[in-house]
Amino acid sequence: MEPVNSAELEALWLSLEVAARSVAFSLPLAVLVAWILTRARFPGRTLFDAFVHLPLVLPPVAVGYVLLLLLGTHAPLGHWLQARFGMQLPFTTAGAALATAVMTFPLMVRAIRLSLENVDRGLEAAARTLGARPLDRFLTITLPLILPGILAGAVTAFAAGLGEFGAVITFAANIPGVTRTLPLALYSAMQSPTGDPLALRLAILSFALGLTGLLGAELLVRRVRRMLGR
Amino acid sequence: MLRVSLLKRRAEFALAAAFAAPTPGVIALFGRSGSGKTTLVDMIAGLLPPDEGQVELAGSVLTDTRRGIAVAPERRRIGYVFQESRLFPHLTAAGNLRYGEKRARSVPHSIRFEEVVDLLGLAALLHRRPHELSGGERQRVALGRALLSQPQLLLLDEPLAALDGARREEVLPYLERLRDWLSIPMVYVSHQFEEVLRLATYLVLLEEGRVLTAGPVAEMSLRPELRTILAPDLVGAVLDGLVTEVDAAGGTAELAIGSGKLQVSLREVSPGARVRVQLLARDIILAIQPIEGLSVRNALLGTVTEITPEMQASVLVKVDVGGPIVLARITEAARTALRLAPGDAVWALVKAVSTRGHAFRLFGAPARRA
Repeated sequence: MEPVNSAELEALWLSLEVAARSVAFSLPLAVLVAWILTRARFPGRTLFDAFVHLPLVLPPVAVGYVLLLLLGTHAPLGHWLQARFGMQLPFTTAGAALATAVMTFPLMVRAIRLSLENVDRGLEAAARTLGARPLDRFLTITLPLILPGILAGAVTAFAAGLGEFGAVITFAANIPGVTRTLPLALYSAMQSPTGDPLALRLAILSFALGLTGLLGAELLVRRVRRMLGR
Repeated sequence: MLRVSLLKRRAEFALAAAFAAPTPGVIALFGRSGSGKTTLVDMIAGLLPPDEGQVELAGSVLTDTRRGIAVAPERRRIGYVFQESRLFPHLTAAGNLRYGEKRARSVPHSIRFEEVVDLLGLAALLHRRPHELSGGERQRVALGRALLSQPQLLLLDEPLAALDGARREEVLPYLERLRDWLSIPMVYVSHQFEEVLRLATYLVLLEEGRVLTAGPVAEMSLRPELRTILAPDLVGAVLDGLVTEVDAAGGTAELAIGSGKLQVSLREVSPGARVRVQLLARDIILAIQPIEGLSVRNALLGTVTEITPEMQASVLVKVDVGGPIVLARITEAARTALRLAPGDAVWALVKAVSTRGHAFRLFGAPARRA
């Protein structure tokens, strides 16, 4: 087998970058949405819940297409972003990260929500009697207690984000060095008549990466749980 | 003064309770489980909004539904020790202790960290996590955590209920120390009468969401309402008295009770200490003339004031022994044989040994602050 070449490395780093940026972007929002879904009672909550989970059941290509309709350079919102902030999303690494974030968002919300539902509300009540105001309570009691869930959500979303294909290729296209992540590079290699060895190496790389990510996540969550005394 | 008057309706339960108790002191909320004790303290803490009512502590209004006042729990300065300790699992014992202390910035800190650690024997536990502590240790940390939040009132909701007998014995002395050393008023919820006897100064009896009656412990021990809650064998007058003489070798102390003296089985007290003793009604013998040649150490001369029939052909006789009242349970047959009637002079005979485990030191140590 040939040594790892620059195209593979480029795809690998790009995948890591896209997944990392997507997690960084969606994590605070996911905590907020999970909190709203667990704690808030408002009309339309069920609809909101369904909307958040929509990317799980939609074809990824459809999600990419919707993003394009909303944020494409000719769409009003996309045009405004470009004109106001000089921010272009389609066909950029940032765009690939955004498409990935939308796709992995429900995974993250689910993990965080699950741990939020397990938080003993009695501990928050105890913090109240000790003089902690709402934000203080959230930061010093709730947040540390749901840390395992946040980590689990972040790592799962990161691992899933490494392999996001449909939404990325639809919204951000397949540009080498810009949006050609591992799965996109693998797909491109498979299209080329001489690309089989490269495709195999990329597949193995994806496999190893995924496995490492999941095992690492498990170990991390265990360590944090132990830290929390459970 | 703690004034409480609260109403809370729930589908299966309605609570309408009112009492006004003197502070400082230990106010016991006593009643069977399900009588609404926890609901009541949750409303005092502000954790549960009442449908209607007022809570007033030392002249400041914390809750008043009519005037729309509902001070948030985090601003009430009411410490709360829960049945299940509720320590924060991600913090060490020290972190838990400091949690409330840090958040009490705006009030003068009269209770210091070192003092609490010392008082509750926490020095060896400070670096441990809650899951590394025993049940009794957890409750001691929870107690310290509540104290360090510099509360103006401490709520204790059956803090010993989750502990077994030995662990309970391990925490009770600390609670007695707290009562003696700090002048923070406490509300102590319990369904164990022994805890009430050892700790409380004022007793509020709860039954099915209502206050049956309320008053100082000694006075309440004579009330028929208490007898509806207590097991018959636990019925007995509670007397508070001062130690006049101590027989260290014999393990007894002599109390001045009313105009008489009473030998009780109690160690580690010194003359002048305040002691509370419960004389169980079933342990008291009545005689209509002085008796000699008995091993009984105590013979209190008094007057029968009331005779109440009880279950199982027994009667409860109230005897005024020169101020304080003693309750004696005798059979209906014995009463007939003695022809006892109100106004008769009787001797109440009490074995000193029968007071073992029923006599407790009260406020023996000087209060740390007035």
